[in-house]
Amino acid sequence: MPTKVETDTVTGTETTGHEWDGIKELNTPLPRWWIIVLWVTVIWSGLYYILYPTFPGWDGIWQYTARKEVAERMDAVQAGRAAWTDKLAVASLDEIEQDSDLLAFAIAGGRAAFADNCAPCHGSGGAGGPGFPNLLDDDWLWGGTVDSISTTLVHGVRWMQDEDTRISAMPRFGVDELLTPAQIDDVAEFVLSLSGNAADRVAAQRGQEVFAENCAACHGESGQGNREFGAPRLDDAVWFYGGDKETIVRTITKSRSGVMPAWGGRLDAVTIKQLAVYVHSLGGGE
Amino acid sequence: MARGNMNTVPPSLADKAGERADTDKLQLYADRVRVYAARVTGPFRRFKWAALVVLLGIYYVAPWLRWDRGPGAPDQALLIDMPSRRAYFFWIEIWPQEIYYLTGLLIVGAVGLFLVTSLFGRVWCGFSCPQTVWTDLFMWVERRIEGDRNARMRLDRAPWTAGKIARKAAKHGIWIAIAALTGGAWVMYFTDAPTLVADIARTQASGTALFFVGLFTATTYLLGGIAREQVCTYMCPWPRIQAAMFDEDTLIVTYESWRGEPRGKHKQGESWEGRGHCVDCLQCVNVCPTGIDIRDGNQLECIGCGLCIDACNRIMSRLGLPRGLVRLDTVTNQFAREQGGAAPFRVARPRTVIYTAILVAVLALMAFGLGNRSTLDVSVLRDRNPLFVSLSDGAIRNGYTFKIVNRARADRAFVLTLEGIPEATFSVRGGPSDVQRAVLGARPDRVEAYRLFVRAPRGRLAGDSTPLRFVLEENAAAGERSVQDTVFRGPR
Repeated sequence: MPTKVETDTVTGTETTGHEWDGIKELNTPLPRWWIIVLWVTVIWSGLYYILYPTFPGWDGIWQYTARKEVAERMDAVQAGRAAWTDKLAVASLDEIEQDSDLLAFAIAGGRAAFADNCAPCHGSGGAGGPGFPNLLDDDWLWGGTVDSISTTLVHGVRWMQDEDTRISAMPRFGVDELLTPAQIDDVAEFVLSLSGNAADRVAAQRGQEVFAENCAACHGESGQGNREFGAPRLDDAVWFYGGDKETIVRTITKSRSGVMPAWGGRLDAVTIKQLAVYVHSLGGGE
Repeated sequence: MARGNMNTVPPSLADKAGERADTDKLQLYADRVRVYAARVTGPFRRFKWAALVVLLGIYYVAPWLRWDRGPGAPDQALLIDMPSRRAYFFWIEIWPQEIYYLTGLLIVGAVGLFLVTSLFGRVWCGFSCPQTVWTDLFMWVERRIEGDRNARMRLDRAPWTAGKIARKAAKHGIWIAIAALTGGAWVMYFTDAPTLVADIARTQASGTALFFVGLFTATTYLLGGIAREQVCTYMCPWPRIQAAMFDEDTLIVTYESWRGEPRGKHKQGESWEGRGHCVDCLQCVNVCPTGIDIRDGNQLECIGCGLCIDACNRIMSRLGLPRGLVRLDTVTNQFAREQGGAAPFRVARPRTVIYTAILVAVLALMAFGLGNRSTLDVSVLRDRNPLFVSLSDGAIRNGYTFKIVNRARADRAFVLTLEGIPEATFSVRGGPSDVQRAVLGARPDRVEAYRLFVRAPRGRLAGDSTPLRFVLEENAAAGERSVQDTVFRGPR
């Protein structure tokens, strides 16, 4: 309890009037501006409690949620793009490629969609990797026209939930004992010879017959490939899983069956069109 | 002062504090002493008025000058067009890629300021700085409404009557009006001036324009009307930097203490023997816009406007003494005069020579650059993800983004060829494939971006990086040419 307010002789300041064992405290209150700031923040927090959803069950007068704000902004962005996306929705892929402004918009949108959906397998630049096709080169498994690319995007590859998916299956020549290990070795040597990389010409000679009987149906007599079945060309410099003999032997023995999801049900038609023209524009488009 | 005692007050502060030092509480914050600058006449004042009229004239008139650039282009002589990223100065049109001209302009401004300051002292501060010009204008308004120094001091001490309120309101009203005109004129440099005025008149001006008008109105009013000399003393870095440009041959506002001291009041008819010429009339202090006493020597707050010289000369003339007790002079000459001689004003000094050399060099470089300025600019950006693509026939392909900046206001066509790799061909996206020569168009006043795919047989490459040159030649007589050197990446 305040006992006696007195003036300190040394400083000339009043004491608070409290005394503890003879110790007195000078009364030096907080600056006025500090008190004002304190009360402003107190009032501010009160208003904040009323206006915003501050605790469970209270949505606040302004009914604010961050999720709603994001949705509104996304809608605003979509509305801003509507003129272009409406055009994309009705234009055919060829029409898009003829209209340079529309193409620029589609490629820009396709680049973003590619980074979100495709880059995990095909790489951010579209260069792929072993087992994941390079989308920049001129070697296409299922076709490199913009319509073929679009079909692959919509239905996927070996994506069984989609009835129209692109499908083919290479036999497991080694595992299922269709060929002996020696035959596989020979045919691998022959496959290498198609692109001029054979090390053992005699083995390659032996492999030619095995190839004609077992492989040529899909990959062609001279290994030129067949896009009907997504059978890769074997006579070029581009290798899907790798062009060394060990990898080729493994491919023949155990087969390969890469899968790409069907994006038809996941992405809207406009995004798929954007992706198709974007991939087609990367340099390898036919 | 005890050496090494960190708690000791620095001498400069101790001096200032000593003036009101009957309390032992030392203030680190200097209370503002209101400056009531008195009216003065004389050559410096006339020069200051002339500078004010000329500079404000340029500022307000310049955005209205027109310059015909043909159809589709703005016809404002001075315009910084932010939305379309162009800056116009009469016949010169600067693109963002040429921002170095702005750098050059800033260097010229800075070095020019260094040169002038090392020769004539703070003439920038005293006569041409916007802060000085607008403060001067606001002070003039203040003087017209509230009267001269003494009347203003009386008015401020007087109680708040209707008359005082009316005068203060009128003053601040006119200040804000001037500030609004200032802010409005500033925005005119960034948008078409007649359109802006018409939009404001019809209350259809854009929010951005109004925001900047408001911003510059507020800053002009606050800095020119309210803060005034506080800006020069506390906010502006220049007073702190300019001391580095001063030397003993720089013209500064000087008080001839050898002649003026010992100062004292003087009665008519008294002898001038054994005393100085300064009669301590305080006229030099009263007219000073920053409220300092020049007799204390050169100081940070002095903006070098010379109004104290005008004030002192009037008194000296009245007393029949030689004028120039306060004068624009060099330290060297002051020493010489004290000994009864005179020292010539040295214009050519190492620092002025160096400043002039830099100034001339930068100006020459800019003039050369502008004179040889091309309306064509080309940039080549090589793809880095991936660095290269292997094709089925074993060839290697690199992708490039090829940009043609066409600064001309006409359609142009260029022929692109490659040098450096024999048998290299290229394809243009949406254009010809596997060619060694292609025609690329560029629309007027645009940056055209082309995607190029260059293809080369692997055997023709020198390792993983082969030099490659893009040669772009205008498809016209006396056309421009641009050569871009880059590299072609391949496998090791």
